[in-house]
Amino acid sequence: MSAEQTDILNMRTKRTWSQDLWRLLKSAPLSAKFGMCVIAFYFFCAVFAPILAPYGQAEIVGKAYGAPSWAHPFGLDQIGRDTLSRVIYGARNTIFIALLTVTISFCIGGVLGIYAAVTRGWLDIILSRFVDILMSIPVLVFSLLLLAMVRNNPYVFWPEIYNLIFILALLDSTRVFRLARNTALSVAVQDFVEAARLRGEGLRWVVLKEIVPNILPPLIAEFGLRFSFVFLTISALSFLGVGIQPPTADWGSMVAESKTLITFGRPQPLIPAAAIALLTVAVNFVVDWFLHKTSGLRDGQ
Amino acid sequence: MANDKKRVRGTPLIQIRGLKIEGFSDDKWHPIIKGLDLDLKRGEVLGLIGESGAGKSTLGLAAMGYTKPGCRISAGSVMFDGRDLTKASQEELRSMWGSRISYVAQSAAASFNPAHHLMDQVVESAVNHGVMDRAAAEADAKDLFRRLQLPNPDTIGNRYPHQVSGGQLQRAMTAMAMSSRPDLIVFDEPTTALDVTTQVEVLAAMRRIVEEFDTAAIYITHDLAVVAQMAHRIMVLRYGNLVEQNDTRSMLKQPTQDYTKSLWAVRKLEKPEEKSDDVALAVHGVDASYSGVMKVLENVTVRLPRGKTVSVVGESGSGKSTLARAITGLLPVSKGRIEFNGKALPARLQDRDRDTLRRIQMIYQSADTALNPRQRVRDIIGRPLEFYLGLKGAQKEQRVLQLLHDIELDDSFIDRYPGEMSGGQKQRISIARALAAEPDIIICDEVTSALDQIVQEEILKLLMKLQREKNYSYLFITHDIATVRAISDEIVVMYKGKVVQQGLKSDVLNPPYPPYTELLLSSVPQMDPDWLTGLLKKRTGATT
Repeated sequence: MSAEQTDILNMRTKRTWSQDLWRLLKSAPLSAKFGMCVIAFYFFCAVFAPILAPYGQAEIVGKAYGAPSWAHPFGLDQIGRDTLSRVIYGARNTIFIALLTVTISFCIGGVLGIYAAVTRGWLDIILSRFVDILMSIPVLVFSLLLLAMVRNNPYVFWPEIYNLIFILALLDSTRVFRLARNTALSVAVQDFVEAARLRGEGLRWVVLKEIVPNILPPLIAEFGLRFSFVFLTISALSFLGVGIQPPTADWGSMVAESKTLITFGRPQPLIPAAAIALLTVAVNFVVDWFLHKTSGLRDGQ
Repeated sequence: MANDKKRVRGTPLIQIRGLKIEGFSDDKWHPIIKGLDLDLKRGEVLGLIGESGAGKSTLGLAAMGYTKPGCRISAGSVMFDGRDLTKASQEELRSMWGSRISYVAQSAAASFNPAHHLMDQVVESAVNHGVMDRAAAEADAKDLFRRLQLPNPDTIGNRYPHQVSGGQLQRAMTAMAMSSRPDLIVFDEPTTALDVTTQVEVLAAMRRIVEEFDTAAIYITHDLAVVAQMAHRIMVLRYGNLVEQNDTRSMLKQPTQDYTKSLWAVRKLEKPEEKSDDVALAVHGVDASYSGVMKVLENVTVRLPRGKTVSVVGESGSGKSTLARAITGLLPVSKGRIEFNGKALPARLQDRDRDTLRRIQMIYQSADTALNPRQRVRDIIGRPLEFYLGLKGAQKEQRVLQLLHDIELDDSFIDRYPGEMSGGQKQRISIARALAAEPDIIICDEVTSALDQIVQEEILKLLMKLQREKNYSYLFITHDIATVRAISDEIVVMYKGKVVQQGLKSDVLNPPYPPYTELLLSSVPQMDPDWLTGLLKKRTGATT
């Protein structure tokens, strides 16, 4: 594709994109608007955590298990750190890791899935069966196993956190692979793809121009869903003690650390749990609406 | 019969008065039926015809008291045997459907559950509605199978839906509808998906059984010639309004409205044939098979003269679309050779150079799937210009506009997505995409069969005009003999992967015929209400 052609394409899509997007956002139902506001708020917290948080995430500011007060609205944790600050920092850590994980898993699963669908043949068979094997083992159990294997391993020279990210991304990419392969396969048999082949187009054009634009909506929706799932898995792993390591603030481990407080009628463990729940629900609202919007016959653009 | 309702022929069964139906889309209610009246007597067959969007299916379903999801009856009444179905409860309706009113859908394959035997499904409604017990129902079903002339009527019920042919399945569906001896059957395009030779048998079987049991029927179709065989009376619908209604004979003889006249215009389109020996494409003794096992083409020889139209006709499974795939190189031939402009064409698509690819273009049956829904017309037509001819920027845009002009669409279409166009407009865009490559040969694979009659005519006229101007050669694949008559110079008849006959239009369409050609041609419904009767008489006369 020539540079000129790219320019024309971009110019036009840019102009209509902003308009379409605005119209789309305005037409969103209340649940989706709520979801988008929540997500925006979380991202805001994640980005500006050092400014918003009254204290540092590892800073000990009082005595252990301090009760909520004006200075510490959510109270203090088991070694006297400010819970509010840790919840805000938690947004940063958890969301960053989840986002990175999902992005990597989409890069692996999406690319391989589409490639398998377009070329078919032995590569498709091998990849699909391999994915079947990976998917037959429960994610949580499998990731626990893999994390235990690489933990404190003398050959691992990068920070532990990347083990977590990469293992989760790999396990998650199996789901992405399946979705990408199946949707791409259903598009690849359509006449317009055959027409492109008949024209003599190469693989690159067929994939990027004919197939990808048509499977993007379900993939984007899946991105949102997988984001919630990864994020829940990370929280679960942290709760079990193999996820994000202290003193880094993370919602899952915060629930784990303060879980005994619930027996004393203190709401502390509920706060990070609520943060997890709210984000999951918000993402689901948005994804639901988006799927509904794009799976309809025409979105009347 | 357990069901001994009084069936007095000629007494009114259905009276629809001032019926209005609305459908919900884009956050608004849109009228689909705009105040229609309909009367149907017992034993009468009413034909509803019109193009897609005319509201004929909606009206047919409304006669059963049913509206599709997202539709509502906003005014009027549907009196069925003295009861207003618009006011009936769901319970009441459900007890009537399947026992007193039944429905035969276009796709029998989609209406049967693939996991159950035919018999279980055919007797289900009669048994569930308590019309008769299971044993009686099965005996009755066998009787119906016999009357519908299904092969092996005693055992065919033990088969699964996929084990019988499309025409047999459609007849089994009629048996299912008939099993509880309903007062009314609604046939919704029951033969549209069938081949002409199969269609004849199904039509004959349906007509006979409806007559035998004095059932009232509503027959919905877009095909006038078919409805002429089935219906006593015809209603022509357009945009949810009644255009005209009359008994079948008077309607065929003298339609009063222009719209009705235009409905069978395509059957009057005709082109004088021309002979030519300048061969653009020649297929010599070609064999082709899928995955090396099933031979779909066997020793096929076809020649396409330059600037002429060769129609390839045949039923589904005759290999006519496979021939197109073989010529384009999508399915490499296993034997024989294809010559293009006197030079042998590489069998595989990958081995052909860009210029050869440019010269052979293809137009598909369904423009819905042939156009990428995420590309604008600008890119759909622009891509071949850029890819083959290296046009860019303003030059390309100019040419796209020129092509839009050629296919009789205005400039505003350049920024549209396929979803924003009608079926005919989309098919025009597909044509423009093929034209953009400046080809020698255009392979048209059933390009008009998904379109309404009037749109079909427009597309065919456009193709003929383009041929006159640019001297394109068309290989026109179709199952519709009316289309063939309208546009071809030469005709190739295919049957089970073999060429039965190739010759000039006048030779093929006139006797003497090879046996298969005769069967095919005689099965095409004519606009004569006595055609089916005459044909059946002739065929039975010939066999006995």
